[in-house]
Amino acid sequence: MMIDLTDTSTGAINDALRQARLRLGGVASGMVLTLVIVTDEGAQYDAARAASAASRQHPCRILVVIIRRPKDRSRLDAEIRVGETSPGETVLLRMYGPLGQHADSVVAPLLLPDTPVVTWWPDIVPPIPAQDPMGALAQRRVTDAAAGDSPRDVLSKLAAGYQPGDTDLSWTRATAWRSLLAATLDQPSGEITGGAVGAEAGNPTADLIAAWLSLRLGVPVATEPTGGPGITEVRFTSAEGDIAICRPDGRVAHLSRPGQPERRVALHRRDTTELLEEELRRLDPDDVYADVLATFRHAAVAVP
Amino acid sequence: MSTVNPLRDPRDRRIPRVAGPCVLVLFGVTGDLSRKKLMPAVYDLANRGLLPPGFSLVGFARRDWEHEDFAQVIHDAVKEHARTPFNDTVWQQLAEGIRFVPGEFADDAAFDRLAETVAQLDEERGTGGNYAFYLSVPPKFFPEVVAQLKRSGLSSPPEGPPGRRPWRRVVIEKPFGHDLASARQLNEIVNSVFGSDSVFRIDHYLGKETVQNILALRFANTMYEPIWNRSYVDHVQITMSEDIGIGGRAGYYDGIGAARDVIQNHLMQLLALTAMEEPVSFDAVSLRAEKEKVLSAVRLPEDLATGTARGQYAAGWQGGVEVPGYLEEDGIAPDSRTETYAALKLGVDTRRWAGVPFYLRTGKRLPRRMTEIALLFQRAPHLPFSATDTKELGQNAIVIRVQPDEGVTVRFGSKVPGSAMEVRDVNMDFAYGESFTENSPEAYERLLLDVLIGDPPLFPRHREVELSWEVLDPVEEFWAEHGKPDQYPAGSTGPASAEALMARDGRAWRRL
Repeated sequence: MMIDLTDTSTGAINDALRQARLRLGGVASGMVLTLVIVTDEGAQYDAARAASAASRQHPCRILVVIIRRPKDRSRLDAEIRVGETSPGETVLLRMYGPLGQHADSVVAPLLLPDTPVVTWWPDIVPPIPAQDPMGALAQRRVTDAAAGDSPRDVLSKLAAGYQPGDTDLSWTRATAWRSLLAATLDQPSGEITGGAVGAEAGNPTADLIAAWLSLRLGVPVATEPTGGPGITEVRFTSAEGDIAICRPDGRVAHLSRPGQPERRVALHRRDTTELLEEELRRLDPDDVYADVLATFRHAAVAVP
Repeated sequence: MSTVNPLRDPRDRRIPRVAGPCVLVLFGVTGDLSRKKLMPAVYDLANRGLLPPGFSLVGFARRDWEHEDFAQVIHDAVKEHARTPFNDTVWQQLAEGIRFVPGEFADDAAFDRLAETVAQLDEERGTGGNYAFYLSVPPKFFPEVVAQLKRSGLSSPPEGPPGRRPWRRVVIEKPFGHDLASARQLNEIVNSVFGSDSVFRIDHYLGKETVQNILALRFANTMYEPIWNRSYVDHVQITMSEDIGIGGRAGYYDGIGAARDVIQNHLMQLLALTAMEEPVSFDAVSLRAEKEKVLSAVRLPEDLATGTARGQYAAGWQGGVEVPGYLEEDGIAPDSRTETYAALKLGVDTRRWAGVPFYLRTGKRLPRRMTEIALLFQRAPHLPFSATDTKELGQNAIVIRVQPDEGVTVRFGSKVPGSAMEVRDVNMDFAYGESFTENSPEAYERLLLDVLIGDPPLFPRHREVELSWEVLDPVEEFWAEHGKPDQYPAGSTGPASAEALMARDGRAWRRL
């Protein structure tokens, strides 16, 4: 069911949502969170689509905040979608004029009671997510450093403004790699004395993996530019020889270690929906991310 | 693990548990269970990135197949039954490690070829000499297979430095015997070759999310445990009903019956999880200790004639289809006394449960497929309403729905809107499908992964199996000596004797 409300109010939107739910027989009783997406007209379609697919795993109310024409008079338009493809409900909120500066006053009455709030900026990174009005509403704030022009600078900024509850999709993208790396070192291996991560230039996920490895292993881990796609290689140096995981095609990883046959395993790059699904699974602060991100606080200076 | 992996951090909850390098050897690859559950579960694990690089799967069966034929069988099974979407890259990686060894259990040469095959996989794919043997075959073949595994040296890993010694594990499915004596015998056979830490008994109910949730519900919350006892609970009903008949399982089912097939394992495990005390921790040892304690406190009714009931489905209409009775099924003797419905009234002799009956029932050809644990509470000691106001008020209940629609229902009285004070039962509902993912892992995924990781809490140990048989054996003996099962029409809710069992206590079964 789709409902368009023009020049409306949050009260009218809440009424429309309630009515729609009743008419559909009380669906969406089990919604577990509210996901606020702060984006613009150009990116809203992809973001809402990914979120709505992820809401199949995490039924939620999705509020898409789109700020338009700041010079117009204040106006709120809403587009409500209930019971379409996902178990949750989606509301596109278009805010015109000075209202755009007070988006939180529109969003707050529409948050689901008794459940957590997550704010996601798919394509813009606010200077300090926790102090952004839309971020202040949420206990979980999801940015994407890869969306910016110079991801490493973005990481430094995020590090400077970090508050518990912040997280970044470039860290989420690291999970499959980190899981494989951890599993690799589950097997007995000699002492690791160094390492390197090879990836396309300007890949924040590679930076984060290198920082994580260096932090956990207590050895220097460099990043090396390669042709991609994404991350192509992680190599450990040890007394017994090199352990390497290569993924030249973005799909299959080859694991080689001294004295053992090469092993292969599928390691595909995940789409936004899968990343969001992982991100929404736990909503408490990610302490490991905090530790890793902290190493970027002065990174902008350290890199030649 | 001899040393701590620096990349593992308990705070790091994004990184899942992944199995180490290993081979899964599957006996009984042509069975329904293999095709519908095991093979899809292996693929789903691979697709979720939980299987190690180089993971290999070897099938052993009396079939004239090449590796490719076996891979094709798995491919078809995965396409049809896997939970996660089919991904060609994942499949290609998995397919590279698929092997097939044709042969019979009596054939020494075939097992030698199996040993060569896995050794070769260690060479080619780095599986490190770690093998799990999944015996998806009837128990009568266990002695032969286990002896062959021993003879061919497959059951004993080579020596290795501490923490680096390869492992060998064996997975067996129910039935774990058909009485206490046979269960012990079966255990001796398996234990003669595999140490008890290497034996994984699969009761797939324990892999289900809702069943694990019983522990979370009880021990992670404060609301339930204070009333989870004889002071508040009137009685407990544990039900597993099936709408299907015996299908093609006549050979297995006849002579076994509903009590041995379902109550001894699934329902007794559910009873144990519902009734047990809080374990000191959730490791295998503590959990097992509490389950064994409560199982050893289970008591049968004094009079088995009135405290148990059994039935056999007769011809009738089930779900709009006319179906034959049990005695008319193919492969069933017309004078078979095997029960297809069984109900028991049990007591749990502990301070917590003294005087609270646990009613267990299971049956085939009942109206619908459903498994649940229901705690029915005592009525309020005093109702400050008139009798007519509360006419429609039943007993408060907490119902744990194991399948389908996994979740929890809390039933309580609520005022009916209007000017009169009327109280009626309403439900508060939590459904897994709504609040979490629409696709939580299949029980077999979880259990297979636990086997490959070597994580034992969800697998019943031999002592639990024995304790369950100790409860059931006297019932089976009594039934064998006294008459035969009552007939009930297919599609009905069971024999009249089961209704009478409850009626004698002034109670009634929950509607199926």
